[in-house]
Order: sequence, then C-alpha cells, then structure tokens
Amino acid sequence: MTHNQTETAASKPSWRNRIGKLVRHYGLQIGITCVLLVIWGLFVLGAPQTFLQPNIYAAYMSTIPFFAVIALPLTLIVIAGEMDLSFPSIMGVGMVAFTAVWSLTDSVGLAFIASLLAGALVGFLNGVIVVRLGIPSLVATVGTQFFWRGVVLVLTNAGGVSLVPLKQTPLRQALVGRVGGYLPAQMIWAIVVAVLVWVFLNRHRFGAHVYLIGDNVESARLMGVNVDRTRMINFAILGMAAAFGGVLSSLEQSYFWVSLGDGYLLKTMASVFLGGTSVFGGVGTVYGTFIGCLIIGAIEAGIVAVGKVEIFGLVLRLSGFWTQLIYGLIIVISVSLQNILSRRLSR
Amino acid sequence: MEHILEMRNISKSFGEVQALHDVNFAIAPGEVVGLLGDNGAGKSTLIKIVTGYHQPDPNGGEIYFKGRRIEGLSVSEARKLGIETVYQERALADLQTLWRNIFMGRELTTFLGFIDVKKMRRETEKLMVGSMGFTSAAVAPDSVVKTFSGGEKQGVAIVRALYFDAELIILDEPTMGLSLSETKKLLEFVRGIKEAGKACIFIDHNVFHVYSVADRVVVLDRGTVAGEFLTKDITLEQLMDKMYRVAQTGHLE
Repeated sequence: MTHNQTETAASKPSWRNRIGKLVRHYGLQIGITCVLLVIWGLFVLGAPQTFLQPNIYAAYMSTIPFFAVIALPLTLIVIAGEMDLSFPSIMGVGMVAFTAVWSLTDSVGLAFIASLLAGALVGFLNGVIVVRLGIPSLVATVGTQFFWRGVVLVLTNAGGVSLVPLKQTPLRQALVGRVGGYLPAQMIWAIVVAVLVWVFLNRHRFGAHVYLIGDNVESARLMGVNVDRTRMINFAILGMAAAFGGVLSSLEQSYFWVSLGDGYLLKTMASVFLGGTSVFGGVGTVYGTFIGCLIIGAIEAGIVAVGKVEIFGLVLRLSGFWTQLIYGLIIVISVSLQNILSRRLSR
Repeated sequence: MEHILEMRNISKSFGEVQALHDVNFAIAPGEVVGLLGDNGAGKSTLIKIVTGYHQPDPNGGEIYFKGRRIEGLSVSEARKLGIETVYQERALADLQTLWRNIFMGRELTTFLGFIDVKKMRRETEKLMVGSMGFTSAAVAPDSVVKTFSGGEKQGVAIVRALYFDAELIILDEPTMGLSLSETKKLLEFVRGIKEAGKACIFIDHNVFHVYSVADRVVVLDRGTVAGEFLTKDITLEQLMDKMYRVAQTGHLE
C-alpha cells in the first residue's frame, strides 16, 4: 500500500513536469496555433461552402508567400532588437534591377540574380547607416524607405513594366507556377525560406548571436560577439528577402507596378508580432511568424466569405470594410495574451 | 619568473578624459594580483584593455602575452588566447537559456559555423553538476537565466570563464551582491585558480577580500599606478592606511 503510493507519487509529478516543461518552452507557439485553429473553425462554421473546398486554400497559398518570405527574416531583425520599415521600397528596387537587367541581357536568370543582389545591397546599406553611423534602425529606415521608393519612381519615370513575355519561362514556372495544376510554387518557396531561417536562427552561430544581441547587446560585446557584423548581415538578408518577395509578387501578376510593396508594411510586421516575437528583442520564433502570416493572410478573404454573422440575435453584415477592425482586434488581443502568458511562464 | 601578461606604458583616453597614463602592469602564472583603487581610478579601463574590449591610444604602450607582442586585440581573440573575464555586470543574457549563456560568443560548432546544440547542452549539464553545484531540480541547461539568484548568476559567469581553459582569469568586483557563504566560496575559488597554476587579476572594493587572497596588490589612482606591494610584506592595517592616503593626497607616503 505505502509502496504503491510512493510509486505513483514519484511517477505522477515527472509526467506532469514533462507537460509543464513543454508548455513552458512552447507556450507561445501552442497559443498562436490555437488562435489560428479557432479562426479557421469560425470560418468553416460561418462559410462552409467556401472553407470546405480547396479553391480558397489555393488562393491563400498564392498570396500569403509574398509577405511571408519577408516576415520570416524580419523576425531575425526584430529578435536582434532592430526594426526595418524600408522593405516595401526594397521590393520595388529589386524589381527595377530585375527589369533593367532583363531588358539589357534578355536573361531572366541574370535578372533574378540582379534583383536579389540589389536587395541585399540596399539592405546592407541600411545596416551601414545603423551600425556605422549609430542611427536607430527605426529612424534610419523611415528615411531609406522614402529614399528608395523615390529612386524607384525616378528610375522608372513612375511607369510599370509588363512581364507577360516571361509567362512561359522556366524561372516563372519554378517561382510562381502551379505544381500539379493546384499548388502554388511560391508556397513551397515560403516553406523553404522558413526552413532556412529556422536553421540559421536555431542551428547556426549567426542566429545564436542574433538572440544574444537582442537580449543584451553589452553582454554580447563583452563576451566577444561581433555585434556590428551580425547586424549588417541581418539587414542584408532582409533586403534580399524583400527583393525575392517582390519578384514573386510581380511574376504572379505578370506586371511590375512601381507601387510594388505598398500595403505590405503593416501586414508583414503584424505577422511577426502576432507570432510572439518581442519588440524588445531577444525572444521570437520562426514557427510563430509562419503561423502569424497564415492568420494575417487568411482574415480578409475569410471575413468576406463569412458575410453575415448573427450574435445573440444581432445580425452583422460583414464586408471587406470589416477587415481592418478585425485585424486590429486579433492583433491587440493576441499580443496582450502573449504578454500575460510569457510573464506567467517565466515565473 | 616568466610573465604571462605584461603591459608597458599603457595610456588610454576617452575624448578629453585621460583614463590611464603610462601604466605598467605584469602578472605571472600562479599569481593572484589584486587591483585596488577608488572609483574612476582606471581599474575597469585597464582590464577592458586586457580583454580586448578597449584598445590603448595610438602609441599608447605595448602589450605582451607570453612574451609575444599583441596589437589590435579583439575580445574574441583575447578569449582564444586564454583570457577570460567575470564582469561586474556578469555579462549574461537574461532571456536566454543557461547553455546559450555558458557558450556566449564561443559557441561550439561542427562545420561552417553550425552550432552543436546537443554537445553544448551536455557540457552545460556536466558543468552544473560538477562545478556550479546546482542541485535544485528547477535548474536545467534549458532554464532561462532570468530566474536565477544573484549567486547562481555569478556561478554561471565563473564557470563560463573556467570552461575554456583560461590561463588568465580576471574577476571584476566578483563579490558584489553575494551572500557571506557565496563570498567565502568565491575566495576559495580564487585560491583554486592559483593552485592550478593560472593567473588571476582580482578587482574589488573590499580590501579585506583582496588582501586575503592576493599575492600582490597594485594600487591605481587617477589613471596611474600609485604603488605596488607584496601582501606578505605589508599588514592589512598598513595597506588600508596607504589606501586612505592615496585617496586623499594622490601619494602613498
């Protein structure tokens, strides 16, 4: 009897401990996953005719990657305690380089490489301004955001470029084609970017240093972390990713609009914060951002599809006008919950 | 005795302020040197030059490590040479796990900079049991450092300094914020460094602590070396007397 009791007493807490440990380590990720599932559940209940057939998911998978491939590396910037507001303009700069090299050389491959390099270079310049001149990244990138949008407008004379001739090229097929006639290739690229960013954040010295810098930059310096180099690489990576997102989006639409990137800023940032990355730095996950992108990307079409909602006899007619209101609610509520949750978990 | 570290005529200024002026300093293996001085005497500046955090002024002196001249030292190079520091401010990243803190700036890697997380966790586990004396079940390699007590955090900073086979260990105000028993443990630890034949620079405001473990005491005042004594040649009272006089007049006698 006594023997039995001690045995259960010993095994029970260890089992509970293990669950407690999982919750403590992955609490925010579990939380954001639940938010996604709840929203999805509401959409399925509200608009079964839309959400129980595959077309809506194909649509999601074609549009979410455009900002997801930027939100994922932006997570690294935010974890490092920095911010970058210039990526929408870098999307445009990348496409200016793309169209210029394409018209000069007639090579789509070279054009693609040129756009990635241009993005990386502009991102690197952001890094130089932040690191070498010591200007806070929020301020510096407000400036560069205007500057590079201006460069795009001046160089293109504010005129777009048709990409229709690229329709049958292998590059377009590879980047934004439809795999098996259904799955948008850009979704696969978004997953590839997620895996790459995860590996670099969690399994590479670079990512280890990103966490340390965002947590306590002085400690990192004292222990020999090359703070300046890590920051500059970080901005360059985001620049390259922004150019990549710009290429994906332009190829999908077969047109380069000079306003490319407008409307991406807040959505992309919201995905990162929704995913549990702390604006104070040092904390954040790739998984969280990925789920954040799915939520942000799903809301607009979901609301329109659901249309009419009845709450306690009160009938609401939802339309596209409701999107921003609901974005706002979800972001504020989720981020508040995360704050409360992470304070509880760390105790 | 061959010096492990020798600094000759070191000068360092920050803008208009000259923090160090023609400072000579040397330390041998198996020696514990206490660095004493009032606030602003230049202790922290001097050790931050040793650790590669600050550079001396251009033509501001020479540094020799094991007899070899070193120039343009960076923190990571200093650590590779075997100079490890336990900073007054601990230099921890509070939101990160224990293993990330232990290997901060010197992550164990496999190839191309990919980190060996498993090995770092395993080594941290070993250190926790062996050196840190963490017995609490709540502490694990994946514990976040924020939850640790002051003494535990100091333990992390010290174990980190020892892990990498340091030959010169610098302790900057290590007893600050420690309990009596933790302080006693720390002083034991300094004697351990000496017995292992390693060198130790010990900075503390508390003259009692310094006197009890140091072989030699160097007194800094307003950026210059005011005096140097072997602890066996001087009593604690005499040392304290001299410290007061230096603080008031800038001279030892």
